Amino acid sequence: MVTSLRDHMPVNHRVVVLILLMLALIVAVVISLGTGGAQIALGDVIVHIAHHIGLSGTGIDGFDARVLDTLRLPRILRAIVIGAALGLAGAVMQSLFRNPIADPGIIGVSASAAFGAVAMIVVGHLVLGSYYPVVGPYGVPMAAFGGAVLATGIIRVLSRQDGQTDAAIMLLIGVAINAIAFAGVGVFTYMADDAQLRSLTFWQMGALSGNGPADTPALVVMTGGVLYLLGLGTPLNLFLLGEAEARHLGVEVEHLKRRATVVTALVVGAAVAVSGIIGFVGLVAPHLVRLVTGPDNRYVLPASAICGAIILTCADAVARIIVLPAELPIGLVTGIVGGPFFLGLLMREKKRRRL
Amino acid sequence: MSLIADNISFVARGRHLLRDISVAVEPGKVLAVLGPNGAGKSTLLKVLAGELYAAQGTVTQNGRDISGIPAMQLAQERAVMPQAASMTFPFVVRDVVALGRSPFRKLSTRQLDQQLVRRAIELADIDHLSERAYPALSGGEKQRVHLARALVQVWGMDGADAYARTLVTGSDGMEAHRQSIRSRFLLLDEPTSGLDVSHQHTLLAVARREAHQNNVGVLMILHDFNQVMAYADKVVVLQNGEMVADGAVDTVMRPDLLSAVFKSPIRAISDPDGGAVLVSQAKHNLDDSLA
Repeated sequence: MVTSLRDHMPVNHRVVVLILLMLALIVAVVISLGTGGAQIALGDVIVHIAHHIGLSGTGIDGFDARVLDTLRLPRILRAIVIGAALGLAGAVMQSLFRNPIADPGIIGVSASAAFGAVAMIVVGHLVLGSYYPVVGPYGVPMAAFGGAVLATGIIRVLSRQDGQTDAAIMLLIGVAINAIAFAGVGVFTYMADDAQLRSLTFWQMGALSGNGPADTPALVVMTGGVLYLLGLGTPLNLFLLGEAEARHLGVEVEHLKRRATVVTALVVGAAVAVSGIIGFVGLVAPHLVRLVTGPDNRYVLPASAICGAIILTCADAVARIIVLPAELPIGLVTGIVGGPFFLGLLMREKKRRRL
Repeated sequence: MSLIADNISFVARGRHLLRDISVAVEPGKVLAVLGPNGAGKSTLLKVLAGELYAAQGTVTQNGRDISGIPAMQLAQERAVMPQAASMTFPFVVRDVVALGRSPFRKLSTRQLDQQLVRRAIELADIDHLSERAYPALSGGEKQRVHLARALVQVWGMDGADAYARTLVTGSDGMEAHRQSIRSRFLLLDEPTSGLDVSHQHTLLAVARREAHQNNVGVLMILHDFNQVMAYADKVVVLQNGEMVADGAVDTVMRPDLLSAVFKSPIRAISDPDGGAVLVSQAKHNLDDSLA
């Protein structure tokens, strides 16, 4: 059935999928807006949104409106941007490494960002001294971002040989960096006092509560990075054929690798800076998307971004209500769902190889 | 204008894989590259394709040093059929072939692309596979997919034949003209290695047709002496990274020269249907040949 659809309308079918995903995202956002400690009826949410964009004259009562505007909406916006960034970063990395299990979490970018954040929390005041209050709330996000960029730099330098980078070696070096970064996080966790431990869990398990206005630069970086990465569909398709073949077909392979890895690192670093480590979105979103659209990156990239946004919006809604009145770290939600999904993926792959 | 390697040497980890090689892939001609394993045939092809940089000497494509030409422009004038390409993601065959059109994605129309893809799929005899997932194909089938992909690339904006050429009209016409005054090249790395006899001949005939009818410069690495004699115009013989013979097929393909290069007795036997075929002698006693 799917094949026959593709036959007759090769592009339309996949454009329809993109439109359906957008609609699903809107539905997820509306439902998520209504969900939480204070339940707000769906009708009220829709009236409130309509009021905002000028379609409806009367709004809803003051308390609900304040909950939506000051608590849930910013949170859901963060979920959308971060989810899109992670989903897209995963899709780009899988193509770049020509390996379906690549993910920002696996090659150590996320862990290194967390390492940066944790280091700043625990020893930041010692290292920065009197400057510590100056950087204020920007300190930790900037350290997370720095950690991601530093890790990517190290991975790139170590995997270069004779002016070329080998994608397979790069992946393995990333795995090693991942282990080192997690060990570093462990060391700082051991050193931390009680108050610091509280904020450490935030970075290790993820949360969308945000750091207020300090998040703005990171959100801008993510949005810009996402827009850049969305344009790489065709070159990444060629990359899937192999590096030599991509070059034969006109791709400046080293340029592409450099830009794609650096921008991906910026995006993931910024995501971790806002929300801590949220695993599996980068892995799960592109795979879900490929089941429907096939492997063509011109569709996989935008669809992964939307799918990542949907996953994170839903996961956030679950995290907010499942242990009321407390809130479950969102990284736990994505991990609980993502881990088994990953296993299922491996089993499916195993079965296919045997054929 | 040709694709010319001028006096190139290629060194990897202190070993000369190519030493002072000069070859020219000329439009309208089929050049075969022959030689024992490890002679440097694939290295030569990679240097010509701009995949490896020569330590000495230059490669020029249509009169310009390829180290100064952007990859995209090189790709618009030259296609490569690789020995084997692995791909883990399940693209269908038609989409893999269509990737060959990507160097022209800013110039071409979808109509022309689809037409060329269809024609190439027909020529490569993969019509029945066109909706199958590429990773599930056999080695020989994959090679035919890459032949089709290389064909749609080398056809460029001129198309497979005169019919496709008429589709290029309007403002694209000037661009098409600019394209057509530059020669195009097709490099095939052991294209027959995984194919059955019938598909070997189909492939060789397609490559020869590209040279003789579409004025493409074709270079192919071959192992079968009789295929070289039947399909190539010129031949280069490599041994240990050095060129030991080059020239027209009839002057190079002599049993004495080939026996020396391949260290195996090769004889010419006259064919009852005319001409001669080259045959290599079986080694029944391995100990004797080692002694």
